[in-house]
Amino acid sequence: MVKSAPVVKSILRKIASILLLLLAVLVLNFVLIYAAPGDPVEALVGEMGGATPELIAELRATYGLDRPLWQQIGVYLGNVVQGDLGHSLYYDQPVTTLIASRIGPTLLLITTALFSAIIVGTILGVFSAQRRNSTLSHFVTVLSLAGFSAPVFWIGIMLILLLSVSFPIFPISGMTSSDGTTSTLGYAMDVAHHLVLPALTLGLIYLAFYSRLARTSMIEVLEADYIRTARAKGLSRRSVVYKHALRNAILPIVTFAGLQFGQVISGAVLVETVFAWPGLGTLAFDSILRRDTPTLLGILFFSSLMVVVMNLLTDLLYRRIDPRIKTS
Amino acid sequence: MSDRATEMPTPPALPTPTTVPEAVSPTRQTWQMFYQNRAAMLGLCILLVIIITSIVGPLLYTVPPREMVWMPLTPPGQSEYLLGTDYLGRDLLAGLINGGRVTITIGFAAAVLTVLIGVTIGALAGFFGGWVDTTLMKVTEFFQVLPNLLFAMVVVMLFSPTLTNIAIAIGIVSWTATARLTRAEFLRIREMDYVKAERSIGAGNSRLIWKVILPNAAPPLIIVAALSIGSAILFEAGLSFLGLSDPNAMSWGRMVGDNRPYILDSVWGVTIPGLAIFLTVLAISLVGDGLNDAINPKLRQR
Repeated sequence: MVKSAPVVKSILRKIASILLLLLAVLVLNFVLIYAAPGDPVEALVGEMGGATPELIAELRATYGLDRPLWQQIGVYLGNVVQGDLGHSLYYDQPVTTLIASRIGPTLLLITTALFSAIIVGTILGVFSAQRRNSTLSHFVTVLSLAGFSAPVFWIGIMLILLLSVSFPIFPISGMTSSDGTTSTLGYAMDVAHHLVLPALTLGLIYLAFYSRLARTSMIEVLEADYIRTARAKGLSRRSVVYKHALRNAILPIVTFAGLQFGQVISGAVLVETVFAWPGLGTLAFDSILRRDTPTLLGILFFSSLMVVVMNLLTDLLYRRIDPRIKTS
Repeated sequence: MSDRATEMPTPPALPTPTTVPEAVSPTRQTWQMFYQNRAAMLGLCILLVIIITSIVGPLLYTVPPREMVWMPLTPPGQSEYLLGTDYLGRDLLAGLINGGRVTITIGFAAAVLTVLIGVTIGALAGFFGGWVDTTLMKVTEFFQVLPNLLFAMVVVMLFSPTLTNIAIAIGIVSWTATARLTRAEFLRIREMDYVKAERSIGAGNSRLIWKVILPNAAPPLIIVAALSIGSAILFEAGLSFLGLSDPNAMSWGRMVGDNRPYILDSVWGVTIPGLAIFLTVLAISLVGDGLNDAINPKLRQR
């Protein structure tokens, strides 16, 4: 209990800085729309096929565009705080509703891909670190090189050609088949079947990254003095590797999982587009096609929110794993 | 200076100690190590072939890349158009050659921008410390949190997808890693004796930053710069795959995106341009890794 005060304080500070970051994202969003060429009212007037100057002035007043910039920002921020991210012009729905209906599939895809990549990557990295010239070790090197160099959308298309077209094992796209399976288990199996290829595509990129990271980190840790001490004490190799080394080698992996989350979302945009996975990524792609700015900006804001929440979670996890951090 | 001398790795015993070994400068040693790295040299060769093809290619192979020249969806090797045609009857080879130009130009331009922004911010933060550092690192953190592809999508969509805008958008979202690395190097180097010596003979801040510290921080930054060309190419490919590419220019990512709805009729239409992106970025990664091994010999065994 005595120790918990500084922890609470540092978490509160963290949350304050998160709020500041989100505020900055919103201001940036606003500035972007403001600076971009093209006026929403002119676009609207263009669609209506012309209007009188009075009507244009009235429209500007309705949307608050006649007020000074700082007031406009104030109104915008006030709306966001109340959960109003604007209105999608194409879907004619509040952006919040649209996003809410797409979060589930995206989170399912991202967490499946990221967790598989981290677990398999750590296992590959830990084993290859112990035998640096083994086949597995070379495999990790080649895999990480290929994973860094291949466009993720292209990997997805190649997997479709291989595992949906040449060998029709997995469905080409979508999240469910439309045959109307009613049982919950059947539905879950159906979704899982559709999930394999997109998760594999997204996961491969991060598997490449995490296996290399785990390998480097493990090699570094295995050369540390405390490992030599543990060995000198006569502990078994297994105990040294899994109790002493792994716990320390895993720290950079946790850090990067948080830092990389924004990139994972970016990857998900491409993968969802390839597989027509009904998540935020396809929504973003569709809003580009339809020039639906409010939706795209809403997705950008919401994704930033996911990234900072993820950062906070990994930060908390880090504190649990690494006791040195607890008080500082 | 004595500090640096002790840090130098001791040279291995030479088999023929009869003659005095010729003194080899560290730079030459680095290049020798790079030349001996087969993977890196392979990467360099692939890269040179791709660059030369995209510079000279459009002059020698003059089929227009964006016009219908033959039956749509012709497979490779069945017409005078070597790699076949896409769903609009456009020559794939012409697209590949002309698209390479666009892809590589944007990759380079965006990488230059990435390094410029990253090095400037990192250098200022690391050199001045204090509130400058705090503020600039907050900005860096902000750009790290922003999902980079989504942000670039917003920028490119709002400000129309011209080649310049795409390169700028990629540069704006990609500099954070370079900034962090530069900052770390500056924090380390600014405490060195030779920097203090320069300062004591009256060198100003700008001389210390650009003429004294930056050249000494260069080796790791060169590697990051090389690798950021690869990331920028992948980024551009992603954007143009999503349809955010200059409508007046062919690019590899756009070719994959354009042909994606027709993968059942035309496997080659998506495979070949994607392979071109993969090979280019792979070659850049190999060169970057080779440079890394040559500059940091201590890490070689990893």
